[in-house]
Amino acid sequence: MALLEVRDLSVVFSRKGQSPFSAVDGVSFSVQPGQTVGLVGESGCGKSVTSLAIMGLLPRRSARVGGSVAFEGTELFSLSDKEMRDRRGKDLGMVFQDPLSSLNPVVPIGLQVTEVLERHRGMARKQARAEATELLNKVGIPDPTRRLSEYPHQLSGGMRQRALIAIALACRPRLLIADEPTTALDVTIQAQILSLLKELVAGTETALIMITHDLGVVAGLCDEVNVLYGGRIVERAERHELFAAPRHPYTHGLLDSIPRLDAARGEKLSPIRGSVADNIPWDGGCAFAPRCPNALRTCVEVTPELEWHEGRLLRCHNPVQPAALGVGSKEAR
Amino acid sequence: MLRFVARRLLQAIPTLIILSILIFAWLRSLPGGPAQALLGDKWTPEKEAQLNATLGFDQPIWLQYLKFLGRAITGDFGNSSVSGLPVLQEIGQGFAATIELSFFAIVIAIVLGIPLGYLAARFHGRLLDNLTVIGTLVGVAVPVFFLGALLKFVFADELGILPPSGRQDVTINATTVTGFATVDGLLTREFDATWDALLHLILPSIALASIPMAVIVRITRASVLDVLDEDFVRTAESKGLTTQVIRRRHVLRNALLPVSTTIGLQTGLLLAGAVLTEKVFNWGGLGSLLAEGIERKDYPRLQALILLAASVYVLVNLLVDVSYAIIDPRVRVS
Ligand SMILES: Nc1ncnc2c1ncn2[C@@H]1O[C@H](COP(=O)(O)OP(=O)(O)O)[C@@H](O)[C@H]1O
Ligand SMILES: [Mg+2]
Repeated sequence: MALLEVRDLSVVFSRKGQSPFSAVDGVSFSVQPGQTVGLVGESGCGKSVTSLAIMGLLPRRSARVGGSVAFEGTELFSLSDKEMRDRRGKDLGMVFQDPLSSLNPVVPIGLQVTEVLERHRGMARKQARAEATELLNKVGIPDPTRRLSEYPHQLSGGMRQRALIAIALACRPRLLIADEPTTALDVTIQAQILSLLKELVAGTETALIMITHDLGVVAGLCDEVNVLYGGRIVERAERHELFAAPRHPYTHGLLDSIPRLDAARGEKLSPIRGSVADNIPWDGGCAFAPRCPNALRTCVEVTPELEWHEGRLLRCHNPVQPAALGVGSKEAR
Repeated sequence: MLRFVARRLLQAIPTLIILSILIFAWLRSLPGGPAQALLGDKWTPEKEAQLNATLGFDQPIWLQYLKFLGRAITGDFGNSSVSGLPVLQEIGQGFAATIELSFFAIVIAIVLGIPLGYLAARFHGRLLDNLTVIGTLVGVAVPVFFLGALLKFVFADELGILPPSGRQDVTINATTVTGFATVDGLLTREFDATWDALLHLILPSIALASIPMAVIVRITRASVLDVLDEDFVRTAESKGLTTQVIRRRHVLRNALLPVSTTIGLQTGLLLAGAVLTEKVFNWGGLGSLLAEGIERKDYPRLQALILLAASVYVLVNLLVDVSYAIIDPRVRVS
């Protein structure tokens, strides 16, 4: 049985004075124990909303959530608020994008770690402090005993994110969701945090959902990658297959916009033209069509479905041909 | 923390000195003077000059100021030109009365204001919230003396359940120790005196509390709403913490920061409101001394009163800063 089974997840935000906004639409994927799954796409494509929906953290008043999320066979959406609270932090941990704003500025780091141990592992304060020291040590924070009594503003960005990772992993959750955990950090720190995450989940039963706008981040980490566009999955493939032959023009564009070490000197990065602002609703055509180099007439007339296509899932009328990779698609632009 | 407090107290000294110069100059620039006020109908230029000489007001103003400063440092603020008594002795009783009233008012404002503001934020957009917002608008808009008179009319004159004026029933015959009627009763074990003083405090302190309470409610509400949107509250939720822990440790603590600053500012305004409240309830605090002092141009008394008010204000805001530093570790370092 899959650890996490997301079926047909949809999130609609009701907005004051505006028509409702569909942020996530029909997203399905599953995560096996110990597996690392990537959720990739440009900013605004619904990655965070998807993860918050799984965690049950969307604002109840403005967000309407549909579909189902099963965790080890238990339907999370049918749990009561209290039952969900018992699982958050224990079975499901989450690391957020901005480590500074995600930590409480007026509460010592130590308490922010121990409170979750006291809550879910029934530890007394003293025992929890010992465990917290251990945890900080494990995530590579030097001098952990001293750090426990310090406040977030006294730590560097990288150290803060390590502390947040320690908090999320404190109760050894079976699923960790990391929502752009490196985006707010310096480039050199980014690599450290990524390898830390990799090291912490490798060889354990803990599964990881890695959310990022940067395909480069998932390259060394994920077993399987879901590419999101406009709130829908447009391509899903095993990591090696995806990188070897991205079939959706959007994925292809994302790959082309990563800086590569083996790029010829002087070769320019080619970002995808246009921006998410060009989003059109999925009904009546492909939302990516206005930005797509491969767009055909059908693309603006018929909404593509997510279908199996040579061993992967693809939502595209005119996928990039593997043979034409690189050369062909660039000419098409 | 001690060094922080000491530094702040030292910083207050130049502030108070500059203020004293300003008051000194300002009082003497007002038309008329203590001699004119004292002489009244019997005024003649000769008599005024003579009286001014007796009171020392004929000397150059800078000399007067230096003398005043020299004496003030030793705790002597001169004698009232109205009663002839030492100003400090005269102020003593009234000071206790005003501080007692203001203290109860600000405590009521805080103890009711913060929970109410918090509840309004929790039930944001619902009936309780809307009622609270309307209530605070009314609270700020209604003049203190009007509210005081209304309370007095309803609860004292009509219903007769609370005393209409004064600090204590004369029949109680309480012993004075500190001048704070509620405290004295406890010290001397005259508990009926404390009880009576509390009954007398209810109406005036509610009237005086109305504005600061309305402001505290509004700031608390706005501040809680801001904090609820913070990322760290979402983190706390993602940890599955109980709602109580999230509210107490993560929301309220951060939300109280702007509230504590507000309390400091409101305490300053409270002193002004106290003058009006005291008049309505015949409280016999500093308000009547101040009114009389202004009318009679009693320089020494007015100087002492204004400096006293300023010192209280400085002290309260120091307390606020200390409490701020206790809540917010980011302030402590700098
Ligand atoms: N609480 C909210 N209310 C209304 N709209 C929201 C809310 N949260 C996110 N959205 C919208 O949903 C879309 C997807 O957001 P998000 O999942 O945060 O994107 P990202 O992929 O960058 O994480 C965005 O257009 C965003 O504006
Ligand atoms: Mg996001």
